[in-house]
Amino acid sequence: MAWLVLRLAISVSLLYTASAVFEDQVGKFDWRQQFIGKVRFALFDTHSQASKKLLVATDNNVFASLNSRTGDLFWRHVDKTGPEGHIDALLMYGQDAVVVVGNGRLLRSWETTVGGLKWEAVLDTGSFQAAALVGVQDFVKYVAVLKQSAISLHDLSSGNQIWVENLPDSDTVQYQTIYSGGNGLVFVLGFVPNSHIVIVEYKIEDGEIMKKKSVEAAWMSSLENSCAVISSGILLCVDQITQSLYTLPLQSAEQTEMRQIHLQTLDLEVASGFQPVLTSTQPNPAQPPLAEFFLQLSPDHHILLQLKDGLIAPLRDFNPSYLAAFATSGEKTVAAVMSPKNDTACSINLFSADTGRRHLDTTIIYHMDPNGGKPNRLYVHAFLKKDDSVGYRVMVQTEDLTLTFLQQPGRVVWMREEALADVVTMEMVDLPLTGTQAELEGEFGKKADGLLPMVLKRLSSQFILLQAWMAHLWKLFYDARKPRSSVKNEVTIDTLSRDEFNLQKMMVMVTASGKLFGIDSKSGTILWKQYLQDIQPNSIFKLIVQRTTAHFPHPPQCTLLIKDKDTGLGSLYVFNPIFGKKSHISVPALPRPVLQTLLLPVIDQDYAKVLLLIDDQYKVTAFPSTKNVLQQLQDTASSIFFYLVDSSQGKLSGFRLRMDLSTELIWEVVIPTEVQKIVAVKGKRANEHVHSQGRVMGDRSVLYKYLNPNLLAVITESTDTHQERSFVGIFLIDGVTGRIVHEAVQRKARGPVHFVHSENWVVYVYWNSKFRRNEFSVLELFEGAELYNSTVFSSLDRPHPPQVLQQSYIFPAPISTLEATLTEKGITSRHLLVGLPSGNILSLPKMFLDPRRPEVVSEQSREENLIPYAPEMPIRTEWFINYNQTVSRVRGIYTAPSGLESTCLVVAYGLDIYQTRVFPSKQFDVLKDDYDYVLISSVLFGLFFATMISKRLAEVKLLNRAWR
Amino acid sequence: MATIRALSLILSVLSIITLLWTQSGECNNGRRLGDAVDTDFSGFSVPLEHSFEVDDVPRFRLRGALQFRGGRENSVYLSQNQLSEKDRTILKDVAAVDGLYRIRVPRVSLQVDRQTERQSEGYLTAFVRACSLVESHLSDVITLHTDVSGYVIGISIVTIPGSCRGIEVEDEVDLEVFNTTISVVAPVTAPAPETAPYIERMEQEMEKKGKNPQEQKSFFAKYWYLILGGAVFLMATSSAQTPPGGAREQS
Repeated sequence: MAWLVLRLAISVSLLYTASAVFEDQVGKFDWRQQFIGKVRFALFDTHSQASKKLLVATDNNVFASLNSRTGDLFWRHVDKTGPEGHIDALLMYGQDAVVVVGNGRLLRSWETTVGGLKWEAVLDTGSFQAAALVGVQDFVKYVAVLKQSAISLHDLSSGNQIWVENLPDSDTVQYQTIYSGGNGLVFVLGFVPNSHIVIVEYKIEDGEIMKKKSVEAAWMSSLENSCAVISSGILLCVDQITQSLYTLPLQSAEQTEMRQIHLQTLDLEVASGFQPVLTSTQPNPAQPPLAEFFLQLSPDHHILLQLKDGLIAPLRDFNPSYLAAFATSGEKTVAAVMSPKNDTACSINLFSADTGRRHLDTTIIYHMDPNGGKPNRLYVHAFLKKDDSVGYRVMVQTEDLTLTFLQQPGRVVWMREEALADVVTMEMVDLPLTGTQAELEGEFGKKADGLLPMVLKRLSSQFILLQAWMAHLWKLFYDARKPRSSVKNEVTIDTLSRDEFNLQKMMVMVTASGKLFGIDSKSGTILWKQYLQDIQPNSIFKLIVQRTTAHFPHPPQCTLLIKDKDTGLGSLYVFNPIFGKKSHISVPALPRPVLQTLLLPVIDQDYAKVLLLIDDQYKVTAFPSTKNVLQQLQDTASSIFFYLVDSSQGKLSGFRLRMDLSTELIWEVVIPTEVQKIVAVKGKRANEHVHSQGRVMGDRSVLYKYLNPNLLAVITESTDTHQERSFVGIFLIDGVTGRIVHEAVQRKARGPVHFVHSENWVVYVYWNSKFRRNEFSVLELFEGAELYNSTVFSSLDRPHPPQVLQQSYIFPAPISTLEATLTEKGITSRHLLVGLPSGNILSLPKMFLDPRRPEVVSEQSREENLIPYAPEMPIRTEWFINYNQTVSRVRGIYTAPSGLESTCLVVAYGLDIYQTRVFPSKQFDVLKDDYDYVLISSVLFGLFFATMISKRLAEVKLLNRAWR
Repeated sequence: MATIRALSLILSVLSIITLLWTQSGECNNGRRLGDAVDTDFSGFSVPLEHSFEVDDVPRFRLRGALQFRGGRENSVYLSQNQLSEKDRTILKDVAAVDGLYRIRVPRVSLQVDRQTERQSEGYLTAFVRACSLVESHLSDVITLHTDVSGYVIGISIVTIPGSCRGIEVEDEVDLEVFNTTISVVAPVTAPAPETAPYIERMEQEMEKKGKNPQEQKSFFAKYWYLILGGAVFLMATSSAQTPPGGAREQS
């Protein structure tokens, strides 16, 4: 019987927490955007004229096919992160795309229409150098892969290895390039730096070395970048120091040294300090490349040259020109060149490759985004028109990772913001009020100037409100007549305004490439973007909201701290998060590395919160640093404390601000680095509210929570990684006094540790190295049955250590990231959002992570609604808040409260971005979608009339009785 | 180290020992003062220093000596001096300007055998508001935290009560001797998922079910006699009705 009750209790509790999306709710308040990252290789499918496929391989180890008409993904394969999944080469022939993955570890062939894997071959070890398609008699049959010390040939249709041969003298010679002209031979080119070039000739059938020769080339420092094979197997190299071109026929036996052609004889000169680049084209791998090639002499100077009868002749000089690329359609090969037109636009023109003549009416104007970066890659898709002339489309990649697809005469077909594949940090900012609301608000802000003007002002603003309401009604009426599909509320930066429940917010996203985005959270539309130039690639970003939208007429203000990882030197970028405009506020110079930032609740006269920046000499810089702020800081200096973490020395130290903005060291905790190292330190979120001070127990007494806002959770990992001796340490340290509130060691555990610190609890996930599984552990802190000081919390006056309860659970899945839901007032129960590597986001009720879950069920625990302890944490598929909209490589989850207490906004970011709302305690403050308004109103009216009638009847009856 | 030890010995003999300690958490078996006198000094001691200055620039002076005794349970004793007349006035002055009372100990390992291999460098510091120390009549709780291998990683000091209400303190008597509770806290071992008791409990449930075969029986097995009885009754009633008709046919 007890068992039955227990099960009933569990199922009832589950019923309460179960929350899934209904089928008709899909996409109603959530959206997902998929990204690919920075493009390394892009190939257009020229197999058939009607093909819309664009194959891309990216730095994020993603191999995908894009629809070149819309920019949408046809399919996408996300490989492992890191060097293991690195895409080394992408080759395409017909319907097949051959990809070399993981520094030459795997060779894969993909079917390009549906993205299915045709075959996969595991290659021998050795670092990858080059790969090429090899054709025999006008037909491509093989793919050759060159490694550091071996070359192998594989069949294109099955992946079978035909042969593999070791390269001669591979310990001294660096082999870098592979070439085949379709004549039954494969050439492998290598070189010894500043000495000679080695050319080895292999027979395709059996891999026999036909010939091996070495040619003097004392000037050569790299083969890959400065050489190309053109025409019928002629090696062409360029050297910056000698200012010369060198040619060498690969097959000729008699010529034993490279022929030097001085660039001066062609009236050319390489810009100083610029490594010249040769670009050749081989339209068909089974045929030798063309005799024409591009030579880039400086960052904005290209020249099209031709090799004819052993002579090099310039065909056309492109000066200035940013980018140049070849493209082939059918028999025709064209060259597209991007040249600057004016300050904001570039023009792209098409030239015939063999003559250098410009094709008429082929100009595409490319408008550069003033807030974006410079174009740095050009991909051309050429096709034959009906009249046999060549048409083309281009894809331009810019420094800020924007992919723009253009067609004549400059129409942007689509655009992808691939910087969003690498979001580093984000914030959500409330949208501003509408003009009319702001008008009303402004009335309160102004100083009172007499009774009559105030009345007039109020009347006028009421009139404006009335006007706005009429306009709104009119719009409703007007829209109602139109068919539903055509009424689409386009979100633009002008129509932005806060909705009734503050569910729509501005997502400010900071990406690793240094591009900032402002995205509407309701639709996912990018409303503004700003590329910050000259950002170091390994910078650390910290985004701080200094002023929210609540202080009309002051605009909201965000500050981005950009810190160089190596030097620690930082700079501040202040902007308006709604419009993305840079603010003109003067920013303090930061000459010294910034160690810590601190956002104080102190506000200046413009309602901006004060940001303190602590440098490596423990000096404090305040921003903004007006007189008012400095005065306030002086007044409150003795109550401003901050902490610093030096994980290399295992040192945590606390400081107090002095009147003169210097600091003094007040506490020090040193965790010896020989035993364990600090991996993470987390405080609580500043905007978190806790509604209930305690928990009501089964016996009606209250267990008060230990709600220390200054508490830090410090996680350490042992340096000893032996599975029996490794451990994870958890320290709860008060950030003001440095008091170690709790200290625990999770034995036989290893990182990576993910953890959430909120309210009075810490939840962390670790890897149990003994049982080889992931485990969750929860720590909860309670003051006990009595509060020490119920009115105010002070770290300085809390002498009794809290009671700490802890419990652990098995979690049957690996974890990528962890976050907790957050609501406006903290009444709603909390859920943990767990990002899984599978791409799902699990909304796990915090109820399951409660150290007070009893082993044995008692009357009291049932009263308290505690779930009996079970060591394994359940994963229910209906808890996946993103149903089938998986988020690849989820790296972070951001939660923000909305105006509705029941609703929490969630953004998960990684390779993809997914935005949704969660309702941890269901929508208790919202009427259901299918709420029966008709029934309730008819009942109301019915009752109303019934009372009226019965009243009348009663009156009549009374009257009659009186007459009697 | 030797000088410090000698110093602490002298201190413990000469000075009026006013220390007090209790047992801390699970790792410190507190002993009474009487035991401490006749204990062998197989452990070691480190100085506990304090600083309270009106100008708030730390100048640490000796407050007492912490004596550790090796062994499994890290027991610690604190022998400390009285506050001098001058110190008392300074402390009251510091309290009046809301200054800080700081303490520090050198970084040491409590493992006696490791003393030689690792010399301490640097200190661990903590503070408390001087006014709260004064108002609590010098009753403070000092806790030393160690890591898994026995290194002291942090020190904390709190006074009981911890508040500063601005109560006037009668000096001389109240500010002479420290009433200190000192303890060493080692990290607790966090619990792992408790599978064994859970499985045990499940097994017990199963056993309970097994012992009570009544519950496991199927519906038919339980009530076969009723069903059979019902069927027989039905048959009997139907056969009781048929004879008249049959008899009529026969006739």
